[in-house]
Amino acid sequence: MNGPTLFGLCGAALVGLGLYGLICQPGALRKILAFNLIGSGVFLLFGVIAKRGGGALSAAGLGVDGDPVPQALIITGLVVAFAATSIAVALLLRLAEISGRSTLERAGSGSHSPTHERAPAPERAA
Amino acid sequence: MNRPAKLMIGLLLCLFALVLLWVFHAALMQSPGARLADLAMDSLPLSGVKNPVTAVLLSYRAYDTLLELAVLLAALLGIWSLGAATPGFQPAGAALAAMVSWVVPLLILTGGYLLWVGGYAPGGAFQAGALLGSAGVLLRLAGDERAGLPSERAQRRLVVAGIAVFALVGLGTMVAGIGFLTYPPGWSKWLILLIETAATVSIGVTLAAAYAGGKPRSRASDGATP
Repeated sequence: MNGPTLFGLCGAALVGLGLYGLICQPGALRKILAFNLIGSGVFLLFGVIAKRGGGALSAAGLGVDGDPVPQALIITGLVVAFAATSIAVALLLRLAEISGRSTLERAGSGSHSPTHERAPAPERAA
Repeated sequence: MNRPAKLMIGLLLCLFALVLLWVFHAALMQSPGARLADLAMDSLPLSGVKNPVTAVLLSYRAYDTLLELAVLLAALLGIWSLGAATPGFQPAGAALAAMVSWVVPLLILTGGYLLWVGGYAPGGAFQAGALLGSAGVLLRLAGDERAGLPSERAQRRLVVAGIAVFALVGLGTMVAGIGFLTYPPGWSKWLILLIETAATVSIGVTLAAAYAGGKPRSRASDGATP
C-alpha cells in the first residue's frame, strides 16, 4: 500500500466516522467534533489529490511537490472551519448557560436520554 | 436512537466510505492532463514570491484571502456578541509558568520566521498567525484571563487591521488604475509582505480572542474579583 492510498483510506474513514457521529450522537458538542472530523477527512483527501498535479511539476524539475492551488484552498478551508467551530462552541456554551441543556433536542422529546439533560437553570435576566 | 437503526446507519456509512475511497482512487489514477498547477507555476515569476502556495493565496486568489479574513472577523464578532468571556484559570504553578515564559517568546519568534519564509518555502500569514494564536491560548491556560492580549479597544483595532490593510492596498491599486488587488510589478513582493504582516497580527489576535470565548473584561473589574 503506497502513501496516497493510505492517506485516502484515512480520509474516507474520517468522513465515515464523522458522518456517523453527526447522525447518531445526541450531544451538540459531539456533533461539532464529528463535523470537524468530516472536515479533516475532506481536507486530507483534497490534499492527497493535490499530489496528482505535482507529478508533472516535479518531472519538470521545479522541485515542487503537489499542486499549489488545492493546498492554498485547504489553508483557506482550515481557517473557515476554525471560525465556524469557535462560533458554534460559543453558541453551545451560551445555550447551556441559558437553558441548562447541551443537546439540540426539544425539552419534551429528550426524555429518553436523561443523561444528557441537566437540571434546567432558572431564567437569567438578560 | 435505538440499536438496529444505529447499526444500519453504520453499515450504510461504511458503504459510503468505500464509495468515497473508490472515487478518490479513480481521481488519483486519472492522467494529469491540463492542471492549474502549470498555470500557477508559469506566472510565478510575475507574482514576486517564490512559493506557489503564497502566490495563490495572496496574488492569484487574493479575493479569497480577503474574504477569509472577513469570515474570521465575523466569527469573532459573533463570539463577542454572546457576552463576556469566562474568567480564566487560576495562575499557573512555578513549572508551568517557567515553561510558558520560555515557549511564548519562542512561538512569537517562530511566527515571525514563518511569516518571512512564506515568500519562498512553506509558511505564510496563516501559519504564523496560528502560532501567535497558540501563544495566546498558552497564556490563557496559564492563568492570564485576557490571553496576553491588550485592552478591548486595542484588540478591536488589531482584529480589523488585517482586513483593513488588505482592502486599502486593493483600493490603492484600484485608484492607481490597475484593478482591485492587481499589484504593480516590482512592488508586489513588498505589498504581499505588508498584507501578510497585518494579516498575521490580526489572525493571531482573532484566534486568541476566540479562544477566550467572549468579550474581554476590563482590567478594572478584575481587581474586585481576584
